Amino acid sequence: MTELLVREVGAGAAPGSGTAVPVAASRRERLARLLRFLRQRPGLVVSIVFVALVLVAAFAPAVLAPADPNVGVPADRLQAPGAAHVFGTDYLGRDVYTRVVHGAALSLQATVIAVAVALVVGGLFGLLAGFVRGWVDEGLMRFVDVLLAIPAVLLSLALITALGYGTVNVAIAVGVASVASFARVMRSETLRIRQSVYVEAARSVGTRWYVTLWRHVLPNAAGPVMVLAVLEFGLAILAVSSLSFLGYGAPPPAPEWGSLIAEGRNYMATAWWLCAVPGAAIAATVLSVNRISRAIDGEWARAR
Amino acid sequence: MGPTARYLLRRAAMAVGVLWAAFTVSFVVLYLLPGDPVATMASGGLDGEPLSPEQLDELRARYGLDQPLVVQYGTRLWDALHGDFGTSIQNGQDVRGLILEALPPTVQISLAGLVVAIVFGGAVAMVATYTRAHWLRQVLMGLPSLAVSLPVFWVGLMLVQVFSFGLGLLPSVGANGPQALVLPAITLGLPTGALVAQVLAKSLSQALDEPYVATARAKGVGRVDIHLRHALRNAALPALTVLGTVVGNLLAGSVVVETVFTRPGIGRLTVAAVGIQDIPVVQGVVVFAATVFVVVNLLVDLVYPLLDPRIATEAAR
Repeated sequence: MTELLVREVGAGAAPGSGTAVPVAASRRERLARLLRFLRQRPGLVVSIVFVALVLVAAFAPAVLAPADPNVGVPADRLQAPGAAHVFGTDYLGRDVYTRVVHGAALSLQATVIAVAVALVVGGLFGLLAGFVRGWVDEGLMRFVDVLLAIPAVLLSLALITALGYGTVNVAIAVGVASVASFARVMRSETLRIRQSVYVEAARSVGTRWYVTLWRHVLPNAAGPVMVLAVLEFGLAILAVSSLSFLGYGAPPPAPEWGSLIAEGRNYMATAWWLCAVPGAAIAATVLSVNRISRAIDGEWARAR
Repeated sequence: MGPTARYLLRRAAMAVGVLWAAFTVSFVVLYLLPGDPVATMASGGLDGEPLSPEQLDELRARYGLDQPLVVQYGTRLWDALHGDFGTSIQNGQDVRGLILEALPPTVQISLAGLVVAIVFGGAVAMVATYTRAHWLRQVLMGLPSLAVSLPVFWVGLMLVQVFSFGLGLLPSVGANGPQALVLPAITLGLPTGALVAQVLAKSLSQALDEPYVATARAKGVGRVDIHLRHALRNAALPALTVLGTVVGNLLAGSVVVETVFTRPGIGRLTVAAVGIQDIPVVQGVVVFAATVFVVVNLLVDLVYPLLDPRIATEAAR
């Protein structure tokens, strides 16, 4: 009985989550709808393709750039973009394209860790605050207010001071600094779901609180929280890359998008591509992710 | 006590609470997370020579780190209440002195960035809500999301690339003269301006739907007059509420912008302090930033009821 209620109300209550596909639609109908949706949005298709390429670069960089990113030909140093090197070479003769592709791995790993930390910690905070209510809610939300009062960059820097350098520490620092927004969304979702008929029904038949939490609250809060996670992904790429630019990320010669730009900074007067290319990669990734998050958040549900 | 006084008192108490909590959070992060702050301090020291256990103990005693955490917390909180954030472990200078010394250039660049943000954000919001051309509105409202998607340090470097190295118009680094302020101000102001544009455009289009706009239109007031004299005056007020976030953004942005343009200031002080794990300086900057955020928000709260009496009465209800 609860199952049935959950499905009906869940599908009706989350029109903005993109999961509200009519249950009756066959697989082929859904596919046709998806293709129609994409055909009307060439920008979205480009974004998806680009993000897919970045993911390939992050998990299997050798597919896109088989050469070693840390080995250069000194004779070919500081060559402008051309036929031999699409994005030119750096001050050690290393291919910039290869370094940017391999840089995706570290930068994206850090981003994924950052979003995961923010999602898990912030989600737990919000869930606890919204479910337990009372002084727990009050205390947690005051704490979140404090996190919002300290600029994210400074909070991250304080954490790096304590944890030390490195890609993982940078990722944790960025993640903790973005806990607040997840906590807020999760709390408001939990409060909304708590009041719903199916939670009331579950409680009236004697369902235990943790089962209610797991079976009803979490799945229904997932939509809005995932939209936020995709959006946060773009912000985390920016935050991670600026901390790596400031020199707190992986030590050289490991390529990281931010540190590539920091390296290229010393050669700006003669070699513009050293800064321009990795920065363009960051910007394109963030823009693509934001475009996709906009499509998930509302556009998909509205396009019938 | 009148309702307004009660409202203000409650806001002030909340501000003090947030500050105390910010101090506590920074204490927990900086003094509790690492196993041994003195060991990290020593390894991050400039002379590079490893310290003997006796020297480490002496350092611990000097910074009060040999005492129980509760005592340390109490002492530091008491000192902080008196504006004393300890001394830098790098050069033994007073942290408050260091921050005050680094403040003027950061205030300068933040004000310049604020001007850019208001001009850019204001212009985008005004034109986007005024124009009748659908494509122009789409383009303009796309600008803020573009501006916040670009890495700030990269925008700064690209501006240097074009205007300093390419065209030779403006200096690339340093803090000499008003020309040196132009590129940093643009770099700092663009993402903040995006926030201003989004908030202002939203409240402007809300204001344009209000009955008083219809009344003005019916009386034959021109479109420009309606936009500037009726809608903007009402829409600017809600935009004031994000001022705290705007100032916080500018202060946080100074970390990257001052590094890119090699300018002195709070941002550079912070980056250098993080580099050598100068814990007292980092804590000082964090609490300072929280203070600025809280004070600006408090000021907005104080000024708001004067500009819009409805707020005070609503809050008192």
